[in-house]
Amino acid sequence: MSANEKAVVPPASDTVTIEVDGRKLQAKKGSMVIQATDAAGIYIPRFCYHAKLPIAANCRMCLVEVEKAPKPMPACATPVAEGMKVFTRSEKARESQKAVMEFLLLNHPLDCPICDQGGECPLQDQALGYGKDDSRYDEAKRVVPDKDIGPLIATFMTRCIHCTRCVRFGQELAGVMEFGALGRGEHTEIRTFLDRSVNSEISGNVIDICPVGALTSKPFQYKARPWELDHHASIAPHDCVGSNIDVQTLRGKVMRVLPRVNESINECWLSDRDRFSYEALNSEERLRVPMIRRNGQWEEVDWRTALDFTVQGLRNVVERHGPDALGALASPIATLEEFYLLAKLVRALGSNNVDHRLRQLDFSDDDRAPLYPALGLTIPELETLDAVLLIGANPRKDQPLLGLRLRKAARRGAAVMAINPLDYDFTHRLAAQVIGKPEEMYAAAAEVVKALGQMGHTAVGEASWIDALSPRPEAERIAQALMQANKKAVLLGPFALGHPQAAGLRAAAQRIAARANATLGVLAEGNSAGAWVAGCVPHRGPLGQPADRGRDTVAMLNEPRKAYLLYGVDPELDVLDGALAAKAMEAAEFVVMASSFKPSVYRSGAIGYAHVLLPLAPFAETAGSFVNTEGRVQRFEAAVKLYGEARPGWKILRVLGDLLGAAGFQYGSLDEVRAELGVPSLFKPTALEAGGAAAPLHTPLADGQLYRIAEVPLYAVDPLVRRAPALQDTADNPRPAARMNASDIKRLNLEPGAAVVVRTVMGEARLQVQTDARVPEGCVLIAAGYPETAMLGAHGPASVVRT
Amino acid sequence: MATNPKPKTAERLSAAARGEIDRWTAKFPPERRRAALLAALTIVQRENGGWLTPELMEAVADYLDVPPVAVEEVATFYSLYDLAPVGRHKLYVCNSISCWLCGSERLLRHLEQRLGIKAGETTPDGRFTLKQVECLAACGGAPAMMVGGEYHENLTPEKVDTLLARLK
Repeated sequence: MSANEKAVVPPASDTVTIEVDGRKLQAKKGSMVIQATDAAGIYIPRFCYHAKLPIAANCRMCLVEVEKAPKPMPACATPVAEGMKVFTRSEKARESQKAVMEFLLLNHPLDCPICDQGGECPLQDQALGYGKDDSRYDEAKRVVPDKDIGPLIATFMTRCIHCTRCVRFGQELAGVMEFGALGRGEHTEIRTFLDRSVNSEISGNVIDICPVGALTSKPFQYKARPWELDHHASIAPHDCVGSNIDVQTLRGKVMRVLPRVNESINECWLSDRDRFSYEALNSEERLRVPMIRRNGQWEEVDWRTALDFTVQGLRNVVERHGPDALGALASPIATLEEFYLLAKLVRALGSNNVDHRLRQLDFSDDDRAPLYPALGLTIPELETLDAVLLIGANPRKDQPLLGLRLRKAARRGAAVMAINPLDYDFTHRLAAQVIGKPEEMYAAAAEVVKALGQMGHTAVGEASWIDALSPRPEAERIAQALMQANKKAVLLGPFALGHPQAAGLRAAAQRIAARANATLGVLAEGNSAGAWVAGCVPHRGPLGQPADRGRDTVAMLNEPRKAYLLYGVDPELDVLDGALAAKAMEAAEFVVMASSFKPSVYRSGAIGYAHVLLPLAPFAETAGSFVNTEGRVQRFEAAVKLYGEARPGWKILRVLGDLLGAAGFQYGSLDEVRAELGVPSLFKPTALEAGGAAAPLHTPLADGQLYRIAEVPLYAVDPLVRRAPALQDTADNPRPAARMNASDIKRLNLEPGAAVVVRTVMGEARLQVQTDARVPEGCVLIAAGYPETAMLGAHGPASVVRT
Repeated sequence: MATNPKPKTAERLSAAARGEIDRWTAKFPPERRRAALLAALTIVQRENGGWLTPELMEAVADYLDVPPVAVEEVATFYSLYDLAPVGRHKLYVCNSISCWLCGSERLLRHLEQRLGIKAGETTPDGRFTLKQVECLAACGGAPAMMVGGEYHENLTPEKVDTLLARLK
């Protein structure tokens, strides 16, 4: 009856009615049969078809019978038509599917027992349904040599069935075609150009989409069988996206990380950083037990001793020098609850010196800041933008999955524009771009403000220095593109947040957004949004409540405190001005480090300046929440048991609070912490208040000096990724070098590969010269976040001299 | 941070080759430079003594703004491109069905014997490269062979011998 009633309803004009195996289905005009059957839950086998990739129709596994069609049709490439009758399991359909399977298996090796894909292999599964139990093929099978395509992806090319999913992923999504189908007919091979490594920042996704065991995970190779693994839903900590991950474990150890599908966040993808950073969880550098340094000697102690020692040390400092002598620095990848408890603990001791913005230099607009750094849009909305101005942002590398969304927008025709310190390699065209050192970036942003004003939409009436500007053509082009677009956004990236005049740049961005009627978004690091709402900033309590202004990161380090509480921080590497951090730590009387890792001599001087090491559980071993750039709160539970004596951060902070005699630290569970803070499922973004844009500071360079740009590359951002060996071996993580463009190298009478000593006001580093065409004239790009360059401090004048 | 962005490799192409390629790209819309790929590879191969080096493929990729692997796809798909040094004369024996039915296999064996090399190889004196190729579209004159740019049809081992003698 109900079926009849349904049939009476006139179908919407953009749909057609088809019949599949006798069942009537509504399908969107122009869609393919397989899309209609997938939506209706009717199974059709397939290898090359993937909902997120363009259609290739080259595996032929999805052949179905279509009434009146003389031959079987591939369901993935057959558009629906009104009244079409499809049979997916008729004799003809089954026969075709089985025939295709026989061909696909001709050259496929029978090595399932030692294949990493075994157990989660579409070919294996579908061979069960459509394969024969023996083969008629007696000839020699084809063998294809394996290739070394980098540290992340293992290849077994004999297994390849040439579905070209990996090729299309590169072309369409990653935006860099790295795989290709080389050769012809029986000699076709999936290879990279000259067997070079695959360098995309989202390359690991080809492991997931490969329907056979041709492309598998190299770090996971032969480590476990998929059916043995326990699955734990979790959230990736490394960027502000909050990708949904499935942490897979075996006997209490994280074996691999795969994406969980969440269309509104990461779709079915994962950045390589989120996928392979788990290796750090099993690193030999993990800190196993609490340690204290007494009379110059490090000793392993039990928790009670370590905590008593910590409490004693903190009390001593506060009693002798007052609470302002204490400073706390937290890693931006800590959880919301940890940020909250850390800030509460520090404030209970009478100090407001707590911050997580370790790579920020300018805090002068803190009072105007919104509740938290927010995108101001949902992540999928990025795809619908018509114009985007990126300021100090390279989403492709910094937030790879947001880069992927922006690429989709650009391919739709959006004008993506940039004001950046480097000529980044985008995977789409830019409508306009200004490249320059930080002061140049600021000037360019101000010129866009002026250009927008000149376009008559609002009065000019800006700060006199902005009014006096005459916008360069690129700035005018940016202004025009923004005005013409319908849906638009101005996005400030991590480099903009760490800009020497970040407040001015933000104020300029705010004006651009206001005048162009665009959304102003901020792409902050890790769980920075969580830190803001938890009050882990010196001027605000939880949920943005006002607090007496304490010292921000730079203020805590510029005038060194007597005691530091470092929460998941490698000071030399996580603080942009690593040299300043090291100096401050060395001058302190008492340094507490809660860390997942032992301080290695290579990475840090902590062996010499820390007094207590408290083993801190990383995200996979603790429960907590991350707040992503949309303000979405995502909770997760621990995936594995704690390593050694490590403890979840919230428990460490709770006990410390208790032992220090602070009130309100008697939490029985994490839920009580959340309830006290008041955590909604979504924090609504608020706007940055308009404020003055200070005149740009000109950094004078002495003769022969260059301006050093301190950028933090994607695999140096936090303590976990820098200890993930496979990621460290990728092409995205080159050894730090003095990178200059060819003309500056020539001007300085140097050559690529020359050994140089780079000197800044903070210190020096011995590096090699490298040509890098992305670097603007008069600048030298020297990555921050590496021990080799930590002593150079942040951006600023540098001399580069041959050793 | 990425490594160095791709080096500009298009300057490996000679000015003459670039000029010739430009004549082809001019026939297509500016955003479809890759449409000139087949012609570009032919031009560059001819200039390089009959074969394509990886460096030249990369240069063509850079010049036409396509990924290098896409150029390699094309260069490895068509049998008229060679990816290793070749002899002065390329003997392309058609292996498709009409020629095969009319004795192309016998022809190939004969050539292999006469030249002392296998298909796909070059004689040590650098005179001949012998190769099987896909359909030469000369079914009416099967079995057929292409030498340089010229077609030779209705071949027999004797006719081949005469031909070889002419090619110095």
